[in-house]
Amino acid sequence: MVDLTLGTEPGKHPALTDTRKSYIEMVRRKRLYGTILLVLMLALLASGFRVAEARNAGGFLNGLPMLGAFPSEVLSEAWRDRAHLPGMMWHFLPSLIETLNIAAVSTLTGGLGAAVLSVLSTRGLARWPSMAPVFRRAMDAFRALPDVVIALVLIYVLGGGPIPAVIAIAVHTTGALGKLFSEVAENADLKPVEGLTSVGATWGQQIWLGVIPQVAPNWLSYGLMRFEINVRASAILGFVGQGGIGYDLKLAMQWGQGRYDEVVAIFILLFLTIVAIDRLSDHVRTRLTKGA
Amino acid sequence: MVDASLIATVESSFSRRRRVAFAIPVVIILYLIYAVFAFDLPGVIARARMDNAAILLSDFWSYKIQVTRDNRSDRVLSTVEGDARYTVHPDWVTEANGVTTVDLGAGNVVTYDADGARYVVPGYGTIDIRSQRGKLVLTAPQPLPDWISASDTRVGVTTPAGRFNYTRSKVETFRYFPGWEMFFFTPESPFFDKSVGQVVALALWDDRVDPAQSNLAHLGRDFWNNQKWHHGDVIWALFETILMAFLGTFTAAIVALPLGFLAASNMMPIRVLRSAMRRVFDFIRGVDALIWTIVLSRAFGPGPMTGAFAILMTDTGAFGKLFSEALENIDERQVEGIRSTGANALQRARFGVIPQVMPVLLSQVLYHFESNTRSATVIGAIVGGGIGLLLTQAIQTQRDWEDVAYYLVLIVLMVMVMDWASGLIRRRLIKG
Repeated sequence: MVDLTLGTEPGKHPALTDTRKSYIEMVRRKRLYGTILLVLMLALLASGFRVAEARNAGGFLNGLPMLGAFPSEVLSEAWRDRAHLPGMMWHFLPSLIETLNIAAVSTLTGGLGAAVLSVLSTRGLARWPSMAPVFRRAMDAFRALPDVVIALVLIYVLGGGPIPAVIAIAVHTTGALGKLFSEVAENADLKPVEGLTSVGATWGQQIWLGVIPQVAPNWLSYGLMRFEINVRASAILGFVGQGGIGYDLKLAMQWGQGRYDEVVAIFILLFLTIVAIDRLSDHVRTRLTKGA
Repeated sequence: MVDASLIATVESSFSRRRRVAFAIPVVIILYLIYAVFAFDLPGVIARARMDNAAILLSDFWSYKIQVTRDNRSDRVLSTVEGDARYTVHPDWVTEANGVTTVDLGAGNVVTYDADGARYVVPGYGTIDIRSQRGKLVLTAPQPLPDWISASDTRVGVTTPAGRFNYTRSKVETFRYFPGWEMFFFTPESPFFDKSVGQVVALALWDDRVDPAQSNLAHLGRDFWNNQKWHHGDVIWALFETILMAFLGTFTAAIVALPLGFLAASNMMPIRVLRSAMRRVFDFIRGVDALIWTIVLSRAFGPGPMTGAFAILMTDTGAFGKLFSEALENIDERQVEGIRSTGANALQRARFGVIPQVMPVLLSQVLYHFESNTRSATVIGAIVGGGIGLLLTQAIQTQRDWEDVAYYLVLIVLMVMVMDWASGLIRRRLIKG
């Protein structure tokens, strides 16, 4: 017979003091590890900031007083010309709509791509199960490509405008949403699919009627969250590349003094849009996931 | 007996759902059609520079040796990628009596002579270019195929064997070879142009090239300071990018933890303070990373510290919201148990709350860290730091696409490693 018991012998009650001692010891050890980890982390952060400051163009202490200078300069100029602000916001509305359109189109196309790829790469649902890892790796690669890289390369080929930004964000969205979508699809109940198979439904019908209704609320919720992220991304891409309100912001910033009222108008527009979309998507997502 | 009105309700709800199921795809398609025209997709496709795309793709996997003749001084120079530091003397370029012959292989031969140049393309014929009174005169079999572009000032020929360009000031022929040239060592290095075996032998047991240092150190230094690829600078830039993400994310988490307590309804009894805290988070998140980045780079100048602060600002808002939500969803019984031993508020938080929420919070922080390494690339492109800066610079020069390819490979590898590592740690945390 193999003796599998550890610690005290079977049948004998362990001494209470031993238990307490070993428990306290365990707690102490855990706390010690926690403290060491925390100290290590803080040391890493501190030394990291030192390295970052050394490699920065301006130092931290020199920059600190300047931190308020730029906003106050911008705000005071905008305050002087505050009568222009509503008109300017109206003037930049078309660019804002372009930015929103970029985000919406790329979320839609990326979401559609993600839906197809995620179904194809999910166990139990895949059309060609042996190809599933290939689709999964494809999603990983799409996710790993930062949108700004794709956009800058595409600008070289396609010229400026919103199309490079749309493609760039859509590719990244396909990867990012694909991962989330397939996590949802993995948890889908396969019984409806079996039922549909038994009545001779094709693969497309099985997915469309058996899986999509189950996963739709969660997918939509993730899609909305992605739309929120993509609005920000499309503003940034405009700033780095071309198109939308980000580009107007860059032009106004490059002009500098004298056009700060435009900068403020764009800031306000962006801020309001992001907060509104944030609120809206929060609201809709709670309804979708908690059921209403 | 089934109630007739119930049947009617069910049927009407079914038909409504069916209408919605059809209406949604229709609306999406209509919107996409609108977008096609709003973004002028046909125009963009018509204006697309496919020749640029071809250059880009060929640069990604190959390098070129460029045989250039300056038409004013009549000097012929063969260089790697047009870089005057790296002249080469390939055996497919020969010079005799003032006539240079460039053999591009497979029967493609380019000759430069005193008053022009000729390109013999097999299966097509001879393209002959003379310069007469400042204008280029092209003689070639008509009609001109689309791989020849000709004007009074410039003639360009692109064939599978190479590219040929004639302008008034110079004639250039490009021949492409697969690979990234001088990726490991440049010609200044004693390790240049050697096979792997030779390099290993030289590094490990041959005599010292430079008496002052071992060959292995010499090898490392030559690779690190490669004048063409600048591996050292690139690795530093990559490190800066990860540093920005690391500093920004983890400092934001440390800052947001106490603030999260202040914004959670079951931790903060004072309602005004709580909602004030929440508005602060909303404000920080609403002012986009782009705007934070601009404002901060005005104060601190370009560099990784500015990027780290930009991520710190944005993520403090995000973490504040996430943490306070996590705190609101805790199990109150553990706190109750701690309270029964007479613990004060701080002790209750430390022993009743933190152990419960820590795995969730850490996993969120790690997830953000991973996604911030990607954002740090973008932020680096705006503030000017890290790999993002190198990338935008390389793209803007529109010349060194092999650098762009190199950076791209590194970025994708970095993101994939981060993704994998954070996934591994997060799974561990959740399983306990």
